Amino acid sequence: MRRLIAGLVLGTALATTPMAAQAETPKNALVMAFAIDDLITLDPAGMFEFSALEYAGNTYDRLIGFDNDDVSKIYGVVAESWNVSEDGLTFTFKIRDGIKFASGNDLTAEDAAFSLQRVVLLDQSPAFILGQFGFTADNVKDRIRATDENTLVMEVDQPYAPSFVLYCLTAGVGAVVDKELVLEHEKDGDLGAEWMKTNYAGSGPFALNKWTPGESLSLTANEDYWDGAPAMKRVIIRNVKEAASQQLLLQKGDIDIARNLEADQLASVKGDENIKLLSKGKGALWYLGLSQKNEFLSKPEVREALKYLVDYEGITQTIMAGRAQTHQAFLPEGFLGAYNENPYSLDVEKAKSLLADAGLADGFKVTMDTRNTTAVMSMAQSIQATWAQAGINLEIIPGDNKQTLTKYRARQHDIYIGRWGPDYQDPHTNASTFAWNPDNSDDASAKPLAWRNSWNPGDMTAEVDKAILERDGEKRAAMYVDLQKKVLESGPFVIMFQETEIAAMRGNVNNLVLGPSFDNNYYRFVTKD
Amino acid sequence: MNISSTTEKPGLKQWLTSDTPQSRWQAKCGRAWLGWLKFTENRLAMIGLSIVLALILVTIFAPLLAPYDPLAADLTNRIQSPSAEHWFGTDQLGRDILSRLIYGAQYTLMIVALVVITAAPVGLLVGTAAGFFGGWIDATLMRITDIFLAFPKLILALAFVSALGPGIENAVLAIALTAWPPYARIARAETITVRRSDYIEAARLQGVSNMGLILGHITPMCISSLVVRVTLDMAGMILIAAGLGFLGLGAQPPMPEWGAMVSEGRQFLLEQWWVSTVPGLAIFIVSLGFNLLGDGLRDVLDPRGGD
Amino acid sequence: MFAVTRKASDGRKRARLFSRTGASLVRIVFSLLITFIGLLLVTFLIGRVLPIDPVLAAVGDHASEQVYQRVKEEMGLNLPLWQQFFVYISNVVQGDFGTSVLTSNPVLEDIKRVFPATLELATLATIIGVFLGVPAGVFAAINKGKWPDHIVRIIGLAGYSMPIFWLGLMGLLVFYLKLDWVAGPGRLDAFYVDFIEPTTGLMLVDTLIEGDMDLFWNAVSHIILPASILAYFSLAYIARMTRSFMLEQLSQEYILTARVKGISETRIIWRHALGNVMVPLVTVIALSYANLLEGSVLTEIIFAWPGLGLYITNSLLNADMNAVLGGTVVVGAVFIGVNMLSDVLYRLLDPRARR
Repeated sequence: MRRLIAGLVLGTALATTPMAAQAETPKNALVMAFAIDDLITLDPAGMFEFSALEYAGNTYDRLIGFDNDDVSKIYGVVAESWNVSEDGLTFTFKIRDGIKFASGNDLTAEDAAFSLQRVVLLDQSPAFILGQFGFTADNVKDRIRATDENTLVMEVDQPYAPSFVLYCLTAGVGAVVDKELVLEHEKDGDLGAEWMKTNYAGSGPFALNKWTPGESLSLTANEDYWDGAPAMKRVIIRNVKEAASQQLLLQKGDIDIARNLEADQLASVKGDENIKLLSKGKGALWYLGLSQKNEFLSKPEVREALKYLVDYEGITQTIMAGRAQTHQAFLPEGFLGAYNENPYSLDVEKAKSLLADAGLADGFKVTMDTRNTTAVMSMAQSIQATWAQAGINLEIIPGDNKQTLTKYRARQHDIYIGRWGPDYQDPHTNASTFAWNPDNSDDASAKPLAWRNSWNPGDMTAEVDKAILERDGEKRAAMYVDLQKKVLESGPFVIMFQETEIAAMRGNVNNLVLGPSFDNNYYRFVTKD
Repeated sequence: MNISSTTEKPGLKQWLTSDTPQSRWQAKCGRAWLGWLKFTENRLAMIGLSIVLALILVTIFAPLLAPYDPLAADLTNRIQSPSAEHWFGTDQLGRDILSRLIYGAQYTLMIVALVVITAAPVGLLVGTAAGFFGGWIDATLMRITDIFLAFPKLILALAFVSALGPGIENAVLAIALTAWPPYARIARAETITVRRSDYIEAARLQGVSNMGLILGHITPMCISSLVVRVTLDMAGMILIAAGLGFLGLGAQPPMPEWGAMVSEGRQFLLEQWWVSTVPGLAIFIVSLGFNLLGDGLRDVLDPRGGD
Repeated sequence: MFAVTRKASDGRKRARLFSRTGASLVRIVFSLLITFIGLLLVTFLIGRVLPIDPVLAAVGDHASEQVYQRVKEEMGLNLPLWQQFFVYISNVVQGDFGTSVLTSNPVLEDIKRVFPATLELATLATIIGVFLGVPAGVFAAINKGKWPDHIVRIIGLAGYSMPIFWLGLMGLLVFYLKLDWVAGPGRLDAFYVDFIEPTTGLMLVDTLIEGDMDLFWNAVSHIILPASILAYFSLAYIARMTRSFMLEQLSQEYILTARVKGISETRIIWRHALGNVMVPLVTVIALSYANLLEGSVLTEIIFAWPGLGLYITNSLLNADMNAVLGGTVVVGAVFIGVNMLSDVLYRLLDPRARR
């Protein structure tokens, strides 16, 4: 009995004793809340998720990088320099001296060749980025090779625009892995694929310390990094899905940076003097995909009308509150050839007259598959309201990300509200999905966004194919501008916004770098007061 | 609650409380009257009953009570604090929270009603059949019941809603699917205690079929404990529905379902706490009402208490 | 901890029951097996009719069609449904629950990692629930019909009626943000997440093993709020059941006898009556414990608590079917186990059901 009472007292004591949380994180560690539950593999040859790419961007060195503020400026990282042969078929890279992997091994051209070969041989999600240049499992060992310690040679199958090839090497597939270490862990000839999913073999400014899926990811600084050791000795990324929780943690000082605050939380932390915001335009686009299988949506007048029925300004200002800017062409601002005019704005009367031209003066009923996240749902509801003004009855079908996507990929939607992020920094990445569709049949082998919306872009497919062979930069850019205008006019896409990423951080955190895509978000320059 | 001040005619009261009822009907009415008297003595139960009645009235008269259109968005007027114009403020799309609350009542009521009329009969039928027939029928039915019981409730509901697609009808189906197994168990237990009773034997000798025995003689014996359990479960159903709504799998926007309202409001929790708090309180009060009612009913119908 | 005074016949009854249970052990095991396979089958079918493409979860949206097809084949999804199920069952029998797509780990390893988090939370919640709920129930029973009884009843019913996700949010708002009494979401401050090697997986235990008191108190300050919120629910249930068991006991003859003998009232209530109530109460506590172990999904979501409920939900929403199946089996096993236990106890205690 006495013990029971003792327990009771202890229980009550535990429940009521104030236990102030640690007010500040240590000076030499960066603690971040970030929704990283999409992180499913740590292998650069298999990753395609935002959080994974960001991880790889900070832990692996790539052959080539680009300037975050001016994407057209490409510079060498692991590749110190390069040249392209007269015929445009052979790329020769000179590998930088003095880079060491975390294992202590030296980084050589052999590692670089192995890394690229590995991507093609494993043939996982991002493999197509290299596959575009004619590399296959059969030929890649001949066409990508190290001729000596410092020289990497790559032979492509057609004279592509050099920028196209180089931009592709700035993507995650260009990460150089430690050949010796990876092969030590090879099982049944899998090129270390199984081991690499949860382990690390890189040379970047940070090394993996520990990954607990769904929970946290922690990194330690590479003190011997060739380009200077980071000031932060540890980086801890805690998976926090709830944006409201992230705000709580940030305001309490339990974390240094909150990465996924929603519009209203951003508005409320703006008033907090301990918190500052950093924003950067990303490559991702928010758009509506209009299935051409739908009898109403296949009418050109309806497609045009819908482009007049989005409250672009209202949504960017209130719902997205700085997390998006209006952008209507398929190439995001900052890309080669991006078309930055926005011809459409909310005009209900104009839309009504277009609908009347289509014989739909009384409107129609249509559904939209919508991810049930705050931002998308709010956008969808705003669209629902403006469409109702023109007599269109929009039914929102909410679902989880994978669920709506499954339906979209199976062409079973009417309208899909989605977000499309480019795979690499070359315009071809978006052109080949918004304006290219060689086979519009249900069992086609390539399934770009145009296909998903059952849209045949006609001649545009051929023009897209031609644009990657145009070696003159200006001419190439003009070709993409032309394609964007055509899609803007007749395409089944209501492209609305370009995403802006906003990181909210404590006032003592400086020099976080956000780039145009997640693999260019860098922690290595961060310092804390 | 002063009993002597009832407005009933003395004749009716005498008829109800007569020690020597003249007919079966009179006896039944008398018992019901006594039960009601006992029920009204329980003040908490009466509060519960009032809350539930209020919910029903609000549902019926929603269009008259609500000051605004619950769906009318007004982005210029978003997340306003409570004021004379908007008693509970406005939400993230500038909709009046009070009006949404009032219209939301119907979804809560509808979910409860639909779940009950789907789950209770299924549970009752499965349980009585299992208890009555015994043997392999019992074994099979109880194994199936066990399988469903072994699932985590919310996860099973989640799985079904994801499989069927989100929406209020599917949420109802999913909740019903998780709600029936305990009813089957209760019904089975009751059936086992009565199936060998003399009156069942007597009825059997009179040539009543198995079906007739189950429906006519056994089911009624299970009703009272089932009613208690179902009423007590209603709060749980409301909470699961709200949980699904909270996870975005219940009612679809722009429906003003309370769980979804809590969920939508949670991003303003720090500054505009009322957006989430008000619908949360509504869920709380209504489920408390059902719980108080069920608790009172249990005292009347199932004095043994407990389950 | 509690002296259990039992009537002499109880022991004999138990002996009889257990010998019979022994005889039908085979039957019980068999029926358990059937329940399990049924559980697996239902989960499996749900997984397959889920309108989410499991390959999508593995390869992502941007992968080429060729990769997509190859992975689909690797995952065995091109086989007929019954064959997939058969393959799955035979793997499970060999102790292989497959690999999770989301974590790239064997499912069993994942569960070993996430289950302790749930276990820790549920255990602490149950302990709090018992230490507060049992006395509250006894107190209510002694004062039946008076205000302490009503207060316990109202507090209990309020516990049943509270939307937990809302209570969690409010709790964070008040106790973490405004009052600063407890720490926020998660099991430890974010900075500490990888300081502790999971020996048992129970943060409170592991920190003690490593002897790091700072971390221990940090873990306590994190778990106390979610545990208290969960405890409120089990407290409500436990108090209510204690009350009704106690009322039954207090009306028994032996209590009267004891009173006549002049044994003190405190002793009668806390020792004799409560002693006799302990066995059925253990059943009740076990059931409420099992309910908490089921993974209080919503609490885990609100508190970013990396437990089993969160794991299953996340996997479900991503069509990570191996993980969902594995997690469900664990939950099912716990639940069936506890259920059987309570069944045995119930039979032992209620002579009516024994005929």
